Amino acid sequence: MKTCLIVDDSTVIRKVARRILEEIGFEVDEAEDGKEAFEKCTQNMPDTILLDWNMPVMSGLEFLKKLRSYVGGEMPKIVFCTTENDIGHIAMALKAGADEYMMKPFDREILEGKFLGLYQK
Amino acid sequence: MLDHSVSQISTFMQQRAGIKLTSNKIYMIEARLEAVVQRFGFAHIDALAASLPRAMGEVQQAVVDALATNESYFFRDQKPFDAFEQALLPAAIEQARLDQRPVRIWCAAAATGQEPYSLAMLLAEKKHQWLYVGAEIVATDLSQTALARAESGLFTQFEVQRGLSAQRLVQFFTQQGSQWQIAHDVRKMVQFNHHNLLHNPARLGQFDMILCRNVLIYFDVETKQQILTHLARQLPPDGALVLGASETLVGVTDQFRPDPDLPMVFRRV
Repeated sequence: MKTCLIVDDSTVIRKVARRILEEIGFEVDEAEDGKEAFEKCTQNMPDTILLDWNMPVMSGLEFLKKLRSYVGGEMPKIVFCTTENDIGHIAMALKAGADEYMMKPFDREILEGKFLGLYQK
Repeated sequence: MLDHSVSQISTFMQQRAGIKLTSNKIYMIEARLEAVVQRFGFAHIDALAASLPRAMGEVQQAVVDALATNESYFFRDQKPFDAFEQALLPAAIEQARLDQRPVRIWCAAAATGQEPYSLAMLLAEKKHQWLYVGAEIVATDLSQTALARAESGLFTQFEVQRGLSAQRLVQFFTQQGSQWQIAHDVRKMVQFNHHNLLHNPARLGQFDMILCRNVLIYFDVETKQQILTHLARQLPPDGALVLGASETLVGVTDQFRPDPDLPMVFRRV
């Protein structure tokens, strides 16, 4: 079973995403910000990460850059999931090492499509 | 809505578009035709239904547009696009080279354009392979409204997230306010034409492959056979017809056989 770490300061987003991801076969863990997510990754690297951009303590972009430079941190597939919906942010995320990008609001179909698409490539 | 109105609308759609509307679609018919009723000033949907046989062409086309299903998304089902990239396109390029003509692809039910633009993006990524022969995508649909949207190349945020990778979004789209505009170079690779699948498509010319996905399910067997005969005439022997994931031709026609190696691909006999 693939694992996914959901990183978002919104409990509602974490709850909604968890339900969908568990239904398509992911084992899910959660973190409220980039700092907590990084600590979890150093203990147990997930297969995939669903990552918000704007969070307290450590933003999604800071987390992404830090993780990608950490040994083993190149492994997880990372999907940004954010209200930042301009092409500049998307390009910046991809350049920093994100594999996919979702603009909020999203629905079940988009989330499923993005995650299943990661493993079809 | 009166039963008689349902019957009138069903008959009209069957005759005009070959689409069979069943009685369990009453809610859908009412919901989709509400805008047509208001736009043309009918008192109610029964008045629209009664006027249909002798209505202006504009009203009839609006009804067809409203009731035709235009569900579509980029790279839908993925496998046909893998087949296109890995097998169908290389074979078509080789044949086009021998015949000294461009590769020709027909999206026979293009809806709002996601399918032809998905192919156009793949072609753009592989331009070095076909540039010396050329390539054309002809995209047709029954709905003028859907075609107009397709031709605009503008998509909502929701639409560009269905099936389209972030990499391709950045590579092939720009933002226009809250919408996303496909790149001019990709848009100009697709020619849009209004076409009813019940009619003879000879004017569109011959093709290396035809995509007609998730459309035949809306027709009865006789209409499917008529459409498949039309499609077969536009393909060379062994030319590829790509259907939807749930579609089969078993018991429908012997003009096509399934490709043993490519899912959803049928070969003209």
